[in-house]
Amino acid sequence: MLLVKAIGRRLGYSVLTVLLATLLVFVALQALPGNLATQLLGQNATPAAVAQLDASLGLNRPAWQRYLDWLGGALHGDFGRSLVSQQPVLTEAGGYLRNTALLAGIVIVAGITLSLVLGVIAGLTRDRWPDLAISGLSLLGMSVPEFTVATLLVLAFAIRLNWFPAVVTAGPTATVGELLPAVWLPAAALTAVMAAYIIRMMRTSVIDVMSAEYVTLARVRGLSSARVLFRHALPNALLPTLNVIAINIAWLVGGVVVVESVFNYPGIGTLMIQAVHNRDLPVLQFIAVFGALTFVVCNLLADLAALWLNPRLRTPGRAG
Amino acid sequence: MTNLALRVRPRRLSLPARPSLLIGLFLVGLNVVVALAAPLLAPYSPTQPNALDAIEGSSSAHWLGTDQLGRDVLSRVLYGGRYAMLISLSAALLTVVLGTVLGCLTAYRRGWFDEVLMRLLDSVLSVPAILALLVVVTALGSGASVIILASTVVYCPALIRVVRAAALSIVGLDYVTAARARGEGFWPIMVREIWPNILDVVLVEFAMRASWITLLVSSLSFLGFGANPPTPDWGLMVSENRSLLTVVPLATIAPIVALATLIVGLNLAADGIAKARGIDRITGGLR
Repeated sequence: MLLVKAIGRRLGYSVLTVLLATLLVFVALQALPGNLATQLLGQNATPAAVAQLDASLGLNRPAWQRYLDWLGGALHGDFGRSLVSQQPVLTEAGGYLRNTALLAGIVIVAGITLSLVLGVIAGLTRDRWPDLAISGLSLLGMSVPEFTVATLLVLAFAIRLNWFPAVVTAGPTATVGELLPAVWLPAAALTAVMAAYIIRMMRTSVIDVMSAEYVTLARVRGLSSARVLFRHALPNALLPTLNVIAINIAWLVGGVVVVESVFNYPGIGTLMIQAVHNRDLPVLQFIAVFGALTFVVCNLLADLAALWLNPRLRTPGRAG
Repeated sequence: MTNLALRVRPRRLSLPARPSLLIGLFLVGLNVVVALAAPLLAPYSPTQPNALDAIEGSSSAHWLGTDQLGRDVLSRVLYGGRYAMLISLSAALLTVVLGTVLGCLTAYRRGWFDEVLMRLLDSVLSVPAILALLVVVTALGSGASVIILASTVVYCPALIRVVRAAALSIVGLDYVTAARARGEGFWPIMVREIWPNILDVVLVEFAMRASWITLLVSSLSFLGFGANPPTPDWGLMVSENRSLLTVVPLATIAPIVALATLIVGLNLAADGIAKARGIDRITGGLR
């Protein structure tokens, strides 16, 4: 019963958070100075044309009503129409979303595996050379923005070695086969930055757990090192890392904006930059809300996984 | 007299000299000094184009070569931290001041205020920083003040949570109860009782926010929504010179190295302070 309550409360908070986030994004975009119709039509537009566009965009109605309309549509998967292509936003974003999913999928699988392994090695060899090397590299990974990693990778692997293409020429409707040769460099750039944070968290966590009394006890009982590590230490070390992993998966939605634009990769990051240039507000609003939704869902999953892994959390009073 | 006896002397902030802390402070200091002294150090004007010397490699006249407009890369790198550092320093200061006050206030008040604020912060946190900044830049333009305020709003929530957690362990202590019993209000309690005890947490957070905001601002400049040409700025330089990567790689690599020294410095400083004061840096993933 307590478990159901705990899950219910987290679900409720998550829904509330997403709703508030949509409101914040809406308010931020409403802060747009000047009249949107005038900006779209140019300074020389006749008042009649402006009024007509206002009416067709629904801009002549109060802001709260437009927000509720947008929200109602969004709940049914209707995020309005792109101001540029006149396509429904979901149709417009569909191909881009799929491409980003391909990129993110590779990064998540490769990045999490790599960083967990490196984090455990660093934690187990604390202050000796493997740890110093891994910690040093991850500090560097945290300290350079995605666009610099991406640029250096282009210099090394696309220009000097010519192994991978430097830019993607395929459009949003490219097949997976067409995208596959070009996906590796952006994936490597994102992995390098994402791994840094997870490695650091896993290292700290492994160090904490390895000095815990139950691990010492397991050792004293004469269990093999492998058994101590995999049965006793790692499951507990993984717990605090879960949230960092969730946050980093959500961060990918932002990280792809920069990395995709370096490689001209046709994902939602590229779509977002186009939308900013064209002031395509419905598309912009959709991507920002999509980012918030990803963040909340990832955190919710991490919380649920923690509940599942650790029965001690199933008591109330830990939320907030 | 009993009141005075109850009050605990604030811990003094002493930092044992750790090598990582010293290296970090040195790197940050170096970047600040170079940015301030750029007019004295730079051999050429950072913005004056010179078509005759365009796209040159390293030479005795131009140590790091020139870019496509013939501007000296070394001079531009020396000036290049000014924009990002000014913006991130202002934004980090604003974030820390606002975050500390709100964090202490919500830890002190608790109740519905705390509940409402936490839910609001969650929703701000949920929009990835770069997406939030792009939305704001679309709506309000990419002026320096807009970027400073937007980064403050984006990075404040995580800081408020950290300060709130640190302050929660203080507001329950006897000397705060005593101060409340004396009839002191929120401000005197925050300044005299809470603030001195969370100063180390706040310092670490300041260094980390400064590094994240610098990363964010450089990324924005790289995408074309931060510093405007011909401003010398590291992020903007990378995006300008990227197409010449095969011809004059130094013009791209030099600003990357410069940016990395600043951020590595800030991170080492944050790590050093945190380790010296025994603070858990669990927030490592909250960008």
